[in-house]
Amino acid sequence: MNADERKYPKGNTSWPTRTLNVLLAGIGGQGVLTASQLLAEAAVQGGHDVKKSEVHGMAQRGGVVTSHVRIGRKVYSPIISSGEVDLLVAFEEAEALRWRPEVRAGGTLIVNCLRVLPPVVNLGLFKYPDDPLESLRGFTGSFLPVEASAMAIEAGSPRLAGTILMGAAAAVLPLSVEHWEAAIGTRFTTREIVDQNLKAFHRGREYALSLGLAPANLLHNR
Amino acid sequence: MTRHHGMTAPATTGRVLMSGNEAVARGAWEAGVTVASSYPGTPATEILEAFARYPDVYAEWAPNEKVAFEVAMGASLAGTRSLVSMKHVGLNVAADPLMTGSYIGVRGGFLIAVSDDVGMGSSQNAQDTRYFARFAKVPLFEPSDSQEAKAFVSEALRLSEQMDTPVIMRLTMRISHVKGLVELGERPAPPFLGFSKDPAKYVILPAHARKKHPKVLQRMKDLAEMANESPLNAIEWGDREIGIIASGPAYVYAREAFPDASFLKLGFSFPLAEGLIREFARGVKRLHIVEELEGLVEADVLAMGIPVHSVGKLPRTGELTPQRVRAALDGAGIAGTEAPPLPLAPPDLEMLPFPRPPTLCSGCPHMGVFYTLGKMKDLIIAGDIGCYTLGVGSPWNATHTCVCMGASLGNALGMEKAYRMANKEQKVVALIGDSTFLHSGMTGLLDIVYNGGNVTVFILDNRAVGMTGGQDHPGTGVTLQEEKSKAVDFVALCKALGVEHVQLVDPYRLPEVYKAVKEALAHRGPSVIVTNRPCVLIEEFHRTQPYEVLDALCNGCGACLKTGCPAIQVIRREVVRLPNGRDKELSYVTIDPMGCNGCDLCVQTCGPKAIVPVGSSAQATSPDQLQN
Repeated sequence: MNADERKYPKGNTSWPTRTLNVLLAGIGGQGVLTASQLLAEAAVQGGHDVKKSEVHGMAQRGGVVTSHVRIGRKVYSPIISSGEVDLLVAFEEAEALRWRPEVRAGGTLIVNCLRVLPPVVNLGLFKYPDDPLESLRGFTGSFLPVEASAMAIEAGSPRLAGTILMGAAAAVLPLSVEHWEAAIGTRFTTREIVDQNLKAFHRGREYALSLGLAPANLLHNR
Repeated sequence: MTRHHGMTAPATTGRVLMSGNEAVARGAWEAGVTVASSYPGTPATEILEAFARYPDVYAEWAPNEKVAFEVAMGASLAGTRSLVSMKHVGLNVAADPLMTGSYIGVRGGFLIAVSDDVGMGSSQNAQDTRYFARFAKVPLFEPSDSQEAKAFVSEALRLSEQMDTPVIMRLTMRISHVKGLVELGERPAPPFLGFSKDPAKYVILPAHARKKHPKVLQRMKDLAEMANESPLNAIEWGDREIGIIASGPAYVYAREAFPDASFLKLGFSFPLAEGLIREFARGVKRLHIVEELEGLVEADVLAMGIPVHSVGKLPRTGELTPQRVRAALDGAGIAGTEAPPLPLAPPDLEMLPFPRPPTLCSGCPHMGVFYTLGKMKDLIIAGDIGCYTLGVGSPWNATHTCVCMGASLGNALGMEKAYRMANKEQKVVALIGDSTFLHSGMTGLLDIVYNGGNVTVFILDNRAVGMTGGQDHPGTGVTLQEEKSKAVDFVALCKALGVEHVQLVDPYRLPEVYKAVKEALAHRGPSVIVTNRPCVLIEEFHRTQPYEVLDALCNGCGACLKTGCPAIQVIRREVVRLPNGRDKELSYVTIDPMGCNGCDLCVQTCGPKAIVPVGSSAQATSPDQLQN
């Protein structure tokens, strides 16, 4: 038994050797950590190794929140190296702009169509970009804007936006729907909230599929 | 905090995702720890939160880390296994009992879990806790992921008992707040020895301390021998051209950056496993040492007379990443790595596209205080550690110093005395939260009273340790394990300390806050103002009906924006020429109905009375009606 096998339980060997890098980015209070928990849990359900990095404390108070999720056979670093993000899920338009440079060539970008102006912008100290989505059109990989916040309000609660975005992400990630569903069942406690989130998840997934965002294999497309 | 009523038996088999903090708690539970204490601090807070949820344990929030340390040490002396946890700067507060605790030793195993905020996401410095192990002469364990964090706990407690020493486990934010898979285990019956009266061991008189000192040094030698044999330290032979010594998260970054290199992974990282290091150095062509923050192992290995190729190459600020490690070692002459060298500095996230700094929550009761103080430009405001440190930012600009927990009061007194000695009159305000005041502010207030400081102290009592997630403390009347408790009466406490001028105000009533500040500043001698509204993120806060802006009435004056409430959004700007020829920018606003907590601070700032409860505009459609 070598040192790695001793220290680390074996991952699912069906996963390619490369580790998948997903970056979730948004604003404190938007549910970034809950969404990344769903993704990480779905990967665990699939028998893969996973590491998920979070931000707590001061940075969370209305500031930028990111969560790195790395899935593979054996994941070492909990953080994704700059420019090696396979999939960026941005919970806000300007945050998509902020984090886009982290995405590798040919990577995928899912953006919630929502603008949240921080106090420094409202006070006139900084300017919010005129049209972040328009600036993102030049993005070279797959680009999917999703009206997740609007869909979430329609579905009963703005808090569902994160689950809808994860549904859209599920369209491109090599994880099975049943594992996502199991993750949702684990993360939420009451039956009602589980059902709401399952619906939201499928809504997001079907939306992404309907736009022809193919379940491209993120791992091989580089 | 999230209330957790009832308790189900924890699972004892299977693999689950756990943060490093949760894993330390789990490890402590499985290792039979029964008493644990802590004071909240990012990134260590969740260790005790998680531990408190296990059955058959006592877990508490202490008023500060020193007390927490002493409680856990007391439990150890009584012969049970114990845990104290804190953030890196917390160990400064607990340093006094640590330094002597090292001499006294333990009875039940005693683990000190400390989490370093290397990237300073939520801290005022980036001190390296590995120094404290060297300073106090106690062994140091460094896990590199959640599974190790759990497994190392029982090993640390065993070593603690065997070698009669507290053990420090150094975590970092990237261990504490990273979730990974953890294999669950069972909890055996916890050991309990009881106290044994032995003054030569437990009463550290100078005569006893002098006898202990050489024993502590011998203990270090013995521990160093054990580190050579420890299963936590292992050589992983790979490519013999490159040998890397690393511990903690630095190991996983280096492992990812150089998957084929040879590694000496140190889990029991102090005292250093010198024999193992020499064996490893002999077996590789070039030796590198990858450490986050300080080059401590590097200095020690150099002192062994072993050449290290990475000397001076690793960045000594900020968190490492695989990329930064690769770039650093490329600079140290590792040939043949595929990736081109990358800049060593982490990306500056503030540049794109605008900064989004942390801010107070909408409806935060601190806003009323900052709104008021921000208008009084001639004050010096000594701030403290907590959400209210955010008062330094726009629009308030109402915090002028921040040093460490409890520093505001002493700082304010010193400033006031300095001005007085220069025959100048200067109004100085100290601003501190409820929990921070109880942590280490009371003694500062005592100094202000004792030495006649002309200082006004604001105690922003929001009934929670706010920044770390709304934990309870001695002022809330609820314990970590949700028992009802005695809540501190801040007004009575300040009076008991000798403050004669104490006022209790509602921070949502701006005229009341203004009047209280004016009165307090006019008073000669110490004065205290206590606020009485809860943090908006705790259960005690009740959201009331949100407000909306009647567009027809909004005159764009922007006064409401001066509250700093993030729920207020500018929808359009307009520049108008004033009669004096100057241009003025008008900012017409709206209120995010989801964000508004209904505190009505902005209503009090609105001249044209354009801000009304949501829905009330249906009845009052004309401006005339509204103004009546």
